[in-house]
Amino acid sequence: MSLSIEQLAADVRADREVHSARKRPFMRWEWLLLLVVLATFGLNSWASPYFLDPYTLSDLTYNFTEKAIVALPMALLIIAREIDISVAGIMALASVAMGMTAAAGYGLPAIVAMGVLAGLLCGALNGALVTLFKVPAIVATIGTMSLYRGIAYAVLGDKVLKAYPPDFAYFGQGYAFSLVSFELVLFLALALVSGIVLHFTVVGRRIVAIGSNPTAALFSGIRVERYRFWLFTLTGGAAGLASVLLTSRLGSTRPSIAVGWELDIITITILGGVSILGGKGSIVGVVLAALLMGLVTFGLGLLNVPGIVMSIVVGGLLIGVIALPILFRQMRAARRGT
Amino acid sequence: MQRRRLMAGAAALLTMAGTTLAGANLAMAADKPVKLGLVAKSLGNGFFDAANKGANEAAKELGGVEIIYTGPTTTTAEGQIEVLNALIAQRVDAIAISANDPDAVAPTLKKAQARGIKVMSFDSGVAEDARTVHLAPSSDALIGEACLNLISDAIGGSGKIAILSATPTSTNQNVWIGVMKKDLAEDRFKGLDLVTIAYGDDLADKSYRETQALLKQHPDIQGIISPTTIGIVAGAKAIEDQGLSGKVWITGLGLPSELEGHVKSGTVKSFAIWNPIDLGYSTAQIAVQMVRTPDAVGPGKTVKVGRVGEIAFDDKGLGAMAKPFTYDKSNVEEFAKIF
Repeated sequence: MSLSIEQLAADVRADREVHSARKRPFMRWEWLLLLVVLATFGLNSWASPYFLDPYTLSDLTYNFTEKAIVALPMALLIIAREIDISVAGIMALASVAMGMTAAAGYGLPAIVAMGVLAGLLCGALNGALVTLFKVPAIVATIGTMSLYRGIAYAVLGDKVLKAYPPDFAYFGQGYAFSLVSFELVLFLALALVSGIVLHFTVVGRRIVAIGSNPTAALFSGIRVERYRFWLFTLTGGAAGLASVLLTSRLGSTRPSIAVGWELDIITITILGGVSILGGKGSIVGVVLAALLMGLVTFGLGLLNVPGIVMSIVVGGLLIGVIALPILFRQMRAARRGT
Repeated sequence: MQRRRLMAGAAALLTMAGTTLAGANLAMAADKPVKLGLVAKSLGNGFFDAANKGANEAAKELGGVEIIYTGPTTTTAEGQIEVLNALIAQRVDAIAISANDPDAVAPTLKKAQARGIKVMSFDSGVAEDARTVHLAPSSDALIGEACLNLISDAIGGSGKIAILSATPTSTNQNVWIGVMKKDLAEDRFKGLDLVTIAYGDDLADKSYRETQALLKQHPDIQGIISPTTIGIVAGAKAIEDQGLSGKVWITGLGLPSELEGHVKSGTVKSFAIWNPIDLGYSTAQIAVQMVRTPDAVGPGKTVKVGRVGEIAFDDKGLGAMAKPFTYDKSNVEEFAKIF
């Protein structure tokens, strides 16, 4: 891909605009998140004598790793002003695809490849609907959400697929070293890659530019539709990968797998400071938000707080973390005004 | 600066609090209570709330038992796994679960077992290698027999009866009907004459119409058995609408909350369903014995469970609690509040 001077200049301009205007509140957001994470960690250790235990801390990571792996490309997608509601549906369909591959007697590599491939294909369909047929992302993916899960139900009904080879359990139950799970290592590696792509490459800056102002990005020579398409495909692929992990952890496939996860995944993204209006967000924030969600749900679980109360807490947290910076900004503006 | 000092102070305080708690824990270790995690399919379900009530009753009776009643918000396997991980982290002594998915929770339950936690299932079972025993609320033989006893009691021991079932392919109903047919051949039920079986497909309107047709075609029928919670309600309604209340009786398996009105109006003299309180009571009794006397509970063994009596587990670790509990005018109101 050749770049003209003008394109480059426009890129840099868009980039500078985005970064200089938002850099400082950005940083403050992540510090705030880090503070909340540390506070929650402290609170957990204080409230339950069982919290500071290597096994507990290891088990805790399973509360968020799979969701967080999907939250990473979701962050990129939302930064580019799109959204994918169908991720949990994709996970179900990918899981069914893997289950059938396993039932047909294929080996481990084929099963895993099938899961990721199914995810990529579902994501590509979402991307095609949005870019070729110009269906708004939220409408398209609400449709495919039902479509993908519907297919999973149509294929499986009330049956279960569990002909997985024993080695398959490693992805969702295995440990990379000592008590650090394979899932956690994979998530951190993917987070590192996503962070580098978003914050240190031209591709990342273009994604931000698309989200800040799609029209301006288009006129700056960015192939907006192509970026959108690949972002949807990437998100689908990540959902397929998360499905490999979850299916491996459960050791079986049912069409109801990962029901309701799309909201948890989007919650992590938004909690991480990614603006739902696009053009703003960081991977560090998403990682911290994933950790926070894990700490909060596991910590409350340790205290045997019912799930109903837990979802109220998570909702309150989301509103609180989003409302606080706005409140600060308004206060500061008011102070400046007087 | 001041804030930082404040934080440091708070951190120190937290650490101190943590140590105190840990210390208190050590002190209690001498005769620490048996902690039993009772995991429901989902919270906010009256059936499991009632089971928890029974489990706490057993805990009081046994002494030194703490019941942790928990479950996910929605009936998902993933939600139950998070709950199970929290219970494992708290180092409970035993877990009793009614599973949303018999396979998906199995790896986590095996992890619990590997960490020394006793695992059993109740109500809705899990894969055989992920638990020691499973306690079913009742057995097919007991359910079939209970239905015949109820109708025999309602129509005074002899007369023509019919069955209103779910679909012709419903596994549970067909097994129970099979048991009933076999029992009808025995001397104790010789007064009962099974005329026909109607199928309401577990749909309220179809069950209602089938009952109407049944009553027209066989005016001499005195009793109907409906071994399905939907059929029994629709059937009772049809009998009442035809003005046959007190002449034709209906019984079977039903929910107290749905049948309270029909019991009061006299169309249903009595009916049966498993008693969730007894189920929770028995579950807690068995789970505690698994912790205190591990050798006493397992496949092929018979376990004493307090007021419920004895429960025998087969070689696969499956056990049935008791015959279905009978509900009538005397207790339906109380249980209608529960489920």
